[in-house]
Amino acid sequence: MKGLLKYVEKIKPNFEKGGKYQRWGAIFESFETFLFVPGHTAPRKGAHIRDAMDSKRLMSIVVLAVVPALLFGMWNVGYQYFLSIGTDVGFWQEFGHGLYRVLPIIIVSYVAGLGTEFVFVHIKQKEIEEGFLVSGILIPLIIPVDTPLWMVAIATIFAVIIGKEVFGGTGMNIVNPALLARAFLFFAYPSKMSGDKVWVSRLAEGNGVIDGYSGATPLGQAVENGANIVDPMGHKLSTFDYFIGWIPGSIGETSALMIFIGAALLLYTGVGSWKIMFSAFAGGAVMGLLLNTFASDTNPAMAIPFYDHLLLGGFAFGMVFMATDPVTAAQTEKGKWIYGFSAGFMAILVRVLNPAYPEGVMMAILLMNVLAPLIDHYVIRANVKKRLKRIKVAKIN
Amino acid sequence: MSKVIRIKKGLDINLAGKAEKEAVKFSLSKFYAVKPTDFPGITPKVIAKPGQEVKAGTPLFFDKYNPDIIFTSPVSGKLSTITRGERRRILEFVIETNDKIEYEEFRKAKPEDLSRDEIKENILKSGCWPFIRQRPFAVIAKVNEVPRDIFITSFDTAPLAADVDFIIREEFSSFQTGVNALTKLTDGKVYLGIKAGELSSPFTNTANVQKFEFSGPHPTGNVGVQINKIKPVNKGDVVWTLNAADVLIIGRLFEKGKYDASRNIALAGSEVIRPKYYKTISGVQISDIIKDNIKQGESDKRIISGNVLTGEKVDEKGYLGFYDNVITVIPEGNTPEFLGWGMPGLKKFSVSRTFFTWLNPKKERVINTKLHGGERPFIVTGEMEKVFPMNIYPMQLLKAIHIKDLDLMEELGIYEIAEEDFALCEVINTSKIEIQKNIREGFEFAIKELG
Repeated sequence: MKGLLKYVEKIKPNFEKGGKYQRWGAIFESFETFLFVPGHTAPRKGAHIRDAMDSKRLMSIVVLAVVPALLFGMWNVGYQYFLSIGTDVGFWQEFGHGLYRVLPIIIVSYVAGLGTEFVFVHIKQKEIEEGFLVSGILIPLIIPVDTPLWMVAIATIFAVIIGKEVFGGTGMNIVNPALLARAFLFFAYPSKMSGDKVWVSRLAEGNGVIDGYSGATPLGQAVENGANIVDPMGHKLSTFDYFIGWIPGSIGETSALMIFIGAALLLYTGVGSWKIMFSAFAGGAVMGLLLNTFASDTNPAMAIPFYDHLLLGGFAFGMVFMATDPVTAAQTEKGKWIYGFSAGFMAILVRVLNPAYPEGVMMAILLMNVLAPLIDHYVIRANVKKRLKRIKVAKIN
Repeated sequence: MSKVIRIKKGLDINLAGKAEKEAVKFSLSKFYAVKPTDFPGITPKVIAKPGQEVKAGTPLFFDKYNPDIIFTSPVSGKLSTITRGERRRILEFVIETNDKIEYEEFRKAKPEDLSRDEIKENILKSGCWPFIRQRPFAVIAKVNEVPRDIFITSFDTAPLAADVDFIIREEFSSFQTGVNALTKLTDGKVYLGIKAGELSSPFTNTANVQKFEFSGPHPTGNVGVQINKIKPVNKGDVVWTLNAADVLIIGRLFEKGKYDASRNIALAGSEVIRPKYYKTISGVQISDIIKDNIKQGESDKRIISGNVLTGEKVDEKGYLGFYDNVITVIPEGNTPEFLGWGMPGLKKFSVSRTFFTWLNPKKERVINTKLHGGERPFIVTGEMEKVFPMNIYPMQLLKAIHIKDLDLMEELGIYEIAEEDFALCEVINTSKIEIQKNIREGFEFAIKELG
């Protein structure tokens, strides 16, 4: 690596002030710091030793945590596809089909997103912020596999600009950019984002699909028929199936097992807030239980057992990877309890009681993103009040 | 009897190179200096001219806006140079010593027999006043104010900090004299923060103070944290704070009638061959202490006057800071590291478990000065709260400072804090923000606005 370092240092003066390519300095710096953690040292005065964690490390841990769900999602794309055309093939062929369908989406998401980011790096003349590394992998995982690539590109660019850069970049945004991308797709191209035909690879084209095959997701069915949920071939599905995740759905959201493996990594490393995750699942369970209590024939979805709610649809994925985004979540520790619980609670509420949206997780988290500053405001006011009260007590004594 | 206050939040960083409790005998060095930069918020006006003969206790400069506060020479000899930096800002008053120390005469008396004004005058004239700092804003106390209370901390929990117990043990009676003088300066109480469970510590026998025992990780030893737990600073309150080692010097003033700024200091850190204590005088030239005792090796060394959390980088020809009891030497981390953010990092220091340091549970660590990444806006939340034991929202307060909202700063508790209380936040901050510097900028802004 010495040679590479030497080369980088050799070409560096060109990009510094007064150099030939100084206009591209910020972009050069972005690549340089990616390759080499620079030998920058702590300033003259202040803390002279620093924690080795930086935002690059932080983001790469999140990306790593998503990988199990990503790999499973790839396999599941292939598995569902071959199921729909009635062909029995081996694991690698299923995975291969998934890779073939999913990889382009990931590439498009990163190219479109990072491209946009670099435009802003150039405009702001500031080293790139790493936030998109996470958004770039989350976006492909929360959309249906048949989403056209150009839509992925547009949604990503929209999310980076409107969701993040207009506010000043990573750390300043109000809503989670990946979720914003999904919301954009959902409202701009609803036909590609909902219904029974979009969740299985190439189902909408209809080539070779066996007779009587339905691509409806278990969640979609549950909302329609309550507890009577079957797989595309008509076999009844159980809680175990939702947990493992061999069911149709957005690419990365189906397997609760894989998501929980990622969650374990986030919790162990301390990158994800256990308060948010725990309270989100608690909130979802409480709402589920409430609905179970009042279940009636008019809305069969109310009868879905609460534990199934936590495994179905995007609940687990959303609460583990999206709700915990530290920038858009509540920032106070007390606020995190309220924020997480409300997100889980609202997700199930919207899912069951709102006929317009079969899935409530996206709406719930976006709503709570917007409300998070309000929650923090009241938590902080309580602290301020305590301080003011102290003055009064001191004056009396 | 004193109460024990247990503090849970915080972090002890176990660095290699703890000073052995063995003091090297005193020898007079050639150069000493007083650095106006050690005193945030003052504007130095020169009194002594270069070439002038000075004694220990002779005024060198005073604060333009508080002319009663003077700063005196710690040793006798000749004022050799006044070093200036950019825009002629004064950096150092360097004194070249003769072979023995002569002292200016100050009032020698039992503090019990003196009035408040007499005590103040003696402290001011000798140059001991700057040892007294105030909250809010952690600046030198205002002369004409009477503080609500006075707080003294008798232990330091920072990594590799000097053991105050050890450096003060032989002169405990002088410390008590200093305390007695301070009790006259407030209508309230003098509080002493003691390390819990140290029954043999002389501090447990201190008279005329309210004692509170503390246990817990750093920053438990910070006086600000202790105030927050004992009797917090409210808007409108002014309290004074001192370190026990500095109270000792005030005590000597009343016992001997001299400004005797000699101190026991620790030389510590992984790059020191034999870390131990040295008997010296405030402002000593660093090279004289560290000579022949620094490891030779590939990496550059960083010499810090003070501890690794709050100290200031000095070069070998630099001088010990006014308030410092320790010189720390650690490796510089100035070499780039290929894909460093992506490596397992078996030996990297991190409070998060994002590196595999936990596979390598070594008791004492060598940590260099690498920043590990570039500065970013705040991203991670909740990390500061884990190492910040006061009932204050650290990140929100910092944001209030960033947006220069004085009302918000006030509401969020800026009067209660000092830079050192945020040092650990700076250490663990993922976004590499210069938090302590920001805090001081907040203080400066508030002082300016409040007039």
